[in-house]
Amino acid sequence: MSKYSLTSLIRHGLTGHRGWKPAWRHPEPKAEYDAVIVGGGGHGLATAYYLAKNHGTTNIAVLEKGWLGGGNTGRNTTIVRSNYLLDGNAKFYEHGMKLWEGLSQDLNYNVMFSQRGVLNLAHSKGQLETFRRRGNAMRLNGIDAEILNRDDVAKFVPAMDTSPNTRFPIEGGLLQPRGGSARHDAVAWGYARSADQRGVDIIQNCEVTGIRRDQNGVLGVETSRGYIATKKIGLAVAGHSSQLAAMADVRLPIESHVLQAMVSEPVKPVLDTVVTFGAAHLYVSQSDKGELVMGGDIDGYNSFAQRGSLAVIEHVTTCLVALFPQFSRLRILRTWGGIMDMTTDGSPIIGTTPVPGLFLNGGWCYGGFKATPASGWVFAHTLATGQPHALNAELSLDRFHTGRVLDEKGAGPYPWLH
Amino acid sequence: MILITCPHCGPRQESEFTYGGDGANARPAAPEDVDDAAWIDYLHLRDNHKGPHDELWQHVQGCRRWLQVRRDVVTHQVISCHVLSADIADLADSADMVEGER
Repeated sequence: MSKYSLTSLIRHGLTGHRGWKPAWRHPEPKAEYDAVIVGGGGHGLATAYYLAKNHGTTNIAVLEKGWLGGGNTGRNTTIVRSNYLLDGNAKFYEHGMKLWEGLSQDLNYNVMFSQRGVLNLAHSKGQLETFRRRGNAMRLNGIDAEILNRDDVAKFVPAMDTSPNTRFPIEGGLLQPRGGSARHDAVAWGYARSADQRGVDIIQNCEVTGIRRDQNGVLGVETSRGYIATKKIGLAVAGHSSQLAAMADVRLPIESHVLQAMVSEPVKPVLDTVVTFGAAHLYVSQSDKGELVMGGDIDGYNSFAQRGSLAVIEHVTTCLVALFPQFSRLRILRTWGGIMDMTTDGSPIIGTTPVPGLFLNGGWCYGGFKATPASGWVFAHTLATGQPHALNAELSLDRFHTGRVLDEKGAGPYPWLH
Repeated sequence: MILITCPHCGPRQESEFTYGGDGANARPAAPEDVDDAAWIDYLHLRDNHKGPHDELWQHVQGCRRWLQVRRDVVTHQVISCHVLSADIADLADSADMVEGER
């Protein structure tokens, strides 16, 4: 497999770009693997990559029922940040941020990671004080955080209405300068290509329909392409974690909800950072193509339909126009939905399950995309050693039984409120 | 937009309602008598069915009643809607009301 570089680009350019080879193979599933990862999104592919790279485990397969990155990896709003309050989350996401910073070079694949900053807006002194608390907690964990006053915000986002006459006047904000966005598809493709190069079998159009096990643990998976034996199964199927876990009689603290996202028609560069408006719930950034990419709350009811209601789209666009009145003339180009694993404390689950050999990576709520590298890193460690990494020790499934939940918002055990 | 036929108010759009979660998740009648595992089961664990799902909605911008709704979470089609009641006989009555509204 050739390395992507300027010289390879020139060489292929001279031959009319007819010599490029597929970025990964399409192997037939083998009868047995050392480990099987279910789910060919960013998390599953990253797990396979780090299993091969960090742990030398290459006799593994990634099983995907559709196509790579066709689920939530290709449906999110591509925001990357690590601005968390609680230690269990902050250290994990910050490890991810450090991986993001070298990811394009590591994968030899341009994931278009752009550290354009993530700005959380505050609209009252009280809200700004809670941001100051979170910012201080972040700094204590070695994460960059800056508190901005209203004038700073006006300078940082000149396109936004920061006048005192708006419906929700801006008091200030919490900025993470190293936050930003990345190209979501490229993340899946980059991990797939690099995992494939290291010998991982990526098998698409292969749906897992059952998990075979005995009293000692898992034996293998039933799939739409036949039975595959393995002693280790890693589930990375957020949105459908409950369904896969149920195949091994494991119940999870998860409800599936639909989260919508949308883009406007493309315009010239006007917004060079990520703005989040938590008081009403909007997050918006501008893609390299020029579209405004935005999202808001989940619709708020259990759903497995990858579409939601107009009410949320109206809410999100109303928020957008409140902050950026000039965007009122833009038209929405398309909207879509993805299915979120919403946990009862709003934090993800990565770790072991009550079934020996069955490992879970899920419960990502809204926040899975930014976690992709860190998630793959620690889940690979968990699969390889059978024990959680220090960075995902607090993200265990049994925290719901021990009471050590990670509830960033303090919303209580109501998945639709996180 | 989900259309919920409130037994009391008739067909109304979902934005008039707030969601109350899994309606099949019953709170232990005597929480002090159950062990931790049973309590955690109630508090955190969900069946999260893909298909028909029993859930609670409150008609906050209408009659303010709590409703027991059966809805397909894949198609968003509302299959049935009753006024929430501990008394099964009341359920039958409210089912008649739904028919009457149609």
